[in-house]
Amino acid sequence: MTITEKILAKHAGKIKVEPGENIWVDVDILLTHDVCGPPTFAIFKQQFGIDAKVWDPEKVVIIPDHYIFTSDPCAKRNVEILRDFVSEQNLPHFYDVGAEMYKGVCHVALPEEGFALPGQVLFGTDSHTSTAGAFGEFATGIGNTDAAFILGTGKLWVKVPETMKFIIDGEIPSYVMAKDIILKIIGDIGVDGAAYRTMEFAGSGVEAMDMESRMTLTNMVIEAGGKNGIIEPDETTFAYLTKRTQRSYEPVTEDKNARFHSVTRYTSEQLLPMVAKPHSPGNTAPARELRKTKLNRAYIGSCTGGKLSDFYAAARILKGREVTIATYTVPATTEVSAGLKSTRIDEQSLWEIFENTGCKIGPPSCAACLGGPADTFGRLNQAEVCISTTNRNFPGRMGSKQSQVYLASPYTVAASALTGQITDPEDYL
Amino acid sequence: MSSIIKGKAFVLGDDIDTDQIIPAEYLVYRPDDAEESKNYGRYALSGVPSAKSGLPAGNIPFVAEDGCESDYRIIVAGKNFGCGSSREHAPFALQKAGVQAVVATSYARIFYRNVIDGGFLTPFESKMDISIRIKTGDVVEIDFNQFKLFNRTTQEEYSLIPLGEVAAIVQAGGLFEYARINKMV
Repeated sequence: MTITEKILAKHAGKIKVEPGENIWVDVDILLTHDVCGPPTFAIFKQQFGIDAKVWDPEKVVIIPDHYIFTSDPCAKRNVEILRDFVSEQNLPHFYDVGAEMYKGVCHVALPEEGFALPGQVLFGTDSHTSTAGAFGEFATGIGNTDAAFILGTGKLWVKVPETMKFIIDGEIPSYVMAKDIILKIIGDIGVDGAAYRTMEFAGSGVEAMDMESRMTLTNMVIEAGGKNGIIEPDETTFAYLTKRTQRSYEPVTEDKNARFHSVTRYTSEQLLPMVAKPHSPGNTAPARELRKTKLNRAYIGSCTGGKLSDFYAAARILKGREVTIATYTVPATTEVSAGLKSTRIDEQSLWEIFENTGCKIGPPSCAACLGGPADTFGRLNQAEVCISTTNRNFPGRMGSKQSQVYLASPYTVAASALTGQITDPEDYL
Repeated sequence: MSSIIKGKAFVLGDDIDTDQIIPAEYLVYRPDDAEESKNYGRYALSGVPSAKSGLPAGNIPFVAEDGCESDYRIIVAGKNFGCGSSREHAPFALQKAGVQAVVATSYARIFYRNVIDGGFLTPFESKMDISIRIKTGDVVEIDFNQFKLFNRTTQEEYSLIPLGEVAAIVQAGGLFEYARINKMV
């Protein structure tokens, strides 16, 4: 069996499962946030009763992150609903807004807090829950009804997916990031190219990646329609976890005779900085073919491109230079934000580099990645043309329907922020 | 569940994502509040670029200005309907606007799950891409028993794919109803 099949079989109490089979699995962690938590809790109470208790408070993780720094009264009210539910249910894992333990973007916070664990089953009320698959677990996004069902029962039905394996062979060029690789794959297979399937990443290129880069790969499988993304856990995974958590877990590895829907191999010469043009993550082209595309906004942030290593990459290019277009940077979490101050390149902290080059730095949250309320930091309120490290460039995704979004790696976004047009970062490294 | 759904069709193209179905700024409203939740109907499909709203002509609003319900009961679309975010507010918004069925060539999986487990409406798959054959405003009729879609405006008929393994959940009216029937909750 594949890694995904083995995890699902184990959580269904079965020795073996086959792709296409519908099974009921036991859930290890349910993740929710401020947008989908409140309606999930409403369904939970409606279905299980006003006095119902969640199946296991230790397994519910609530990380508000979407609409945090806004004056929108409905958005604020939704955070209040989270607070009420947490206090009523006595839930220990809540990262409240304004509290010392506030984190920010849930998919980056989850592993930081040691909740992304090999061999486990994670469901979250957000499509980018797939991110945690980088730790060798089955992780996927669900809606509010499914989440409410889990809250009451600890179980959910799933159809066992077929696995598409992507092998990245050899050394990845220094100017290519994980974001370029996943954009390349999405462009090749299309935005529904992995529909209902697992995307598994392997090969020496993936083995050489740190955890944050691996998370970028599994984060964007949903943009190819994938059910989950997964990477076999290894020493890099275990080293990350040792620093983060005491929780126990049982890693799952692939069987030698595992069967795949397909196996696709990429070699280093196929990899180069990629950009997804408006209005689809699958509308890709190499950055160098889009030179002279004029921009007036750059954005660095989100679960895809707002991790410390993403900011480090951008800072390498920006240092000692000045941006020529409005550039908004949003660290995914408070930990990333602190890292901007404690991490240095030569004599300057990353925070100083962003400030000195003319970038605006916002507080940790999802911010403008998905538009949000009108007063959201970095939101595209008009016909801006933006290059962004985020994950989606659907019409109106970052705000106005008149805006256009190009998706790229932190290197490419930083280089483009300097020139005001799409720029291949190879020239700046 | 009635075996016939009849109404005016609203036609869309491929890859209609959930940001187009209900833009993120509106997700702040409470779906469980009767008054507030009308906003989901009001803003349903408001993220679709005007030129692609109501094909083939385009520039047709799905919900009239100041309205909370649509005149269109059936959505006809191409491939990968409902891609993107997992927001269950998307099928909910379509339901609040009065949509009873979607007919698409294929669906993104989280949206498909949400539609079925939440019991919001019925998602049919068409054997061929009928979004290029039906015009917005055509009166269409879906027969659940025959798995056929009849275009009453043009007198054409098309085959739909039987619901298969999810039929039991659809017939029950959603995941909770299904689980109750099967004594799981």
